Amino acid sequence: MDIKAGSRLACPECSVELVVVRPPSSPVVLTCGGAEVVDAAADRPGGGHADASGEGTLVGKRYADEDSGIEVLCAKPGPGALAADGREVPIKGAKPLPSSD
Amino acid sequence: MNLSLLLEMSASTLEDRPAVTSGSRTLSYAQLDAAARRCAAKFLSMGATGVVYCGTNDASFPVAVFGAAYAGLPFIPLNYRLGDEQLQPLVEANLGAVIIAETTKVPGADPEKVVLRSTLLDAEFSTGADIELPAFVDPEDVAIVLYTSGTSGTPKAALLRHRHLTAYVIGTVEFAGAEPEQAALVTVPPYHIAGLANLLSNMYSGRRIVYLESFDAQVWLDTIRNERITQAMVVPTMLARVVQLLDGSPADAPSLATLSYGGARMPLPVLEQALELFVGTGFVNAYGLTETSSTIALLGPEDHDAAFAGDPVAKVRLGSVGKVLPGIEVEVRDEDGAVLAVGEPGLVFLRGEQVSGEYESGSVVDAEGWFPTKDRGWIDNDDYLFIEGRADDTIIRGGENIAPAEIEDVLRRHEAIIDAAVVGIPDDEWGQQIAAVVVMKPGASVSVDELHDYCQLHLRSSKTPYRIEFRDELPHTPTGKLLRRAVLADLLG
Repeated sequence: MDIKAGSRLACPECSVELVVVRPPSSPVVLTCGGAEVVDAAADRPGGGHADASGEGTLVGKRYADEDSGIEVLCAKPGPGALAADGREVPIKGAKPLPSSD
Repeated sequence: MNLSLLLEMSASTLEDRPAVTSGSRTLSYAQLDAAARRCAAKFLSMGATGVVYCGTNDASFPVAVFGAAYAGLPFIPLNYRLGDEQLQPLVEANLGAVIIAETTKVPGADPEKVVLRSTLLDAEFSTGADIELPAFVDPEDVAIVLYTSGTSGTPKAALLRHRHLTAYVIGTVEFAGAEPEQAALVTVPPYHIAGLANLLSNMYSGRRIVYLESFDAQVWLDTIRNERITQAMVVPTMLARVVQLLDGSPADAPSLATLSYGGARMPLPVLEQALELFVGTGFVNAYGLTETSSTIALLGPEDHDAAFAGDPVAKVRLGSVGKVLPGIEVEVRDEDGAVLAVGEPGLVFLRGEQVSGEYESGSVVDAEGWFPTKDRGWIDNDDYLFIEGRADDTIIRGGENIAPAEIEDVLRRHEAIIDAAVVGIPDDEWGQQIAAVVVMKPGASVSVDELHDYCQLHLRSSKTPYRIEFRDELPHTPTGKLLRRAVLADLLG
């Protein structure tokens, strides 16, 4: 699948929706709860994940995989956790600032 | 990433939380999102190539901004107070765009494309038939065209792409991080980058925005008290009026957690008085440019508190714009492009994902991504950035670089003076001589000789104005930036 900046991706099995902030610099398979994510406009059979024990994917959080360079923003939350080529994708550290505007 | 996503996420997460208030009307996040989608479809059905907003601060402003984003069209805010002569060329430069205006008579506009601002919030303003909104808006597309304030010449159209603005928002704001009771009072104009950045940040954080159509110090204070405002942003002129109105009595605004200021240089005497009157409020100085998608450096509440408590280092830093945001790099260079050491003043260059540096006429960013701000400044040992002013404003007297701001601050501290402008006037012997134009406080009195002696007492003699004149007022842009070229033209005229 072609992953470009601004692309909207979704988990075929749970409610997670993602937006690509930074495309990967090398090919990568991005999964949610073990299922490869698809274009958000594509068919999503649903049904949920067999193992949904973690904290899942949280809305408004950025997830970045250092190895492939991919960074996504979670637009809709869900129980599935993200992985890139099987590696857990960590939340990119937030940088809280005093309100300036 | 595109701007409409910021609202879409808030609408699906926060739903019925109030998003925006103007007058007696409040829209929830879900209502704002629905209105923006309805307008987006209507804009597309009208064949628009852009959305010009020539209106006041109102709930219709976010509807128009996000409507343009959902439609994948550039949003182009114009100053609704411009005279016909100034407005017409800007309208004609955007002929394919719909024009949202306060009146149907817009000079140079195609009448078919004019939409009354007051109709945007009407459910009637809709296509009837279903028009599908674009599923994908390229982050490379232009999101906002802003005509810069043009203190040094004709306004230029700065281009901000979706990726610049979203980089700023997702890099500095925690999604839905605001408490439900938080509310931001907005009086900065919609055609200024601060008004736009403010909208995006607040919507993404889940904070309600309260708009005032125009600024009045008493109304502003009353609104803070009545609406229990927690955040407010002002330009220096506004804070000066509030301080003047308070006349030494406490602001009595206990809900106000943060008061941020920017848009132009804040005169220190005004800031010092405000710190004293707004007890319990945290002050934030935000520095940025249109071309950098708003704020790139912040001086936070702790720095202000330390200065107010008398810490000598913090007092000096009160004159700085604080530290640059994470993700922003800064370099100070000399006229030949060499990078200068800490403490040495020169030209300020910036780099980062939110930095556009692009105009309709082309990009001014260099091959390594550095944007020349054309501001002069320097960085101290602990990375605090000091901005002296526009490089074009620097007075060069007998080879010495003199920043007008330092002299203006001294003049403004004089008990009889309320405003001051310092410019360089051509001089055969010195290259430039320093001239000052000052405005006296109502009922005050001071002579040119007295001011001259006062300046000599507080400034080096090379910085003492050679010529001092009085005027009833000084020319400013709507955000309070001094129009020095108008001051100079007046002196030379």
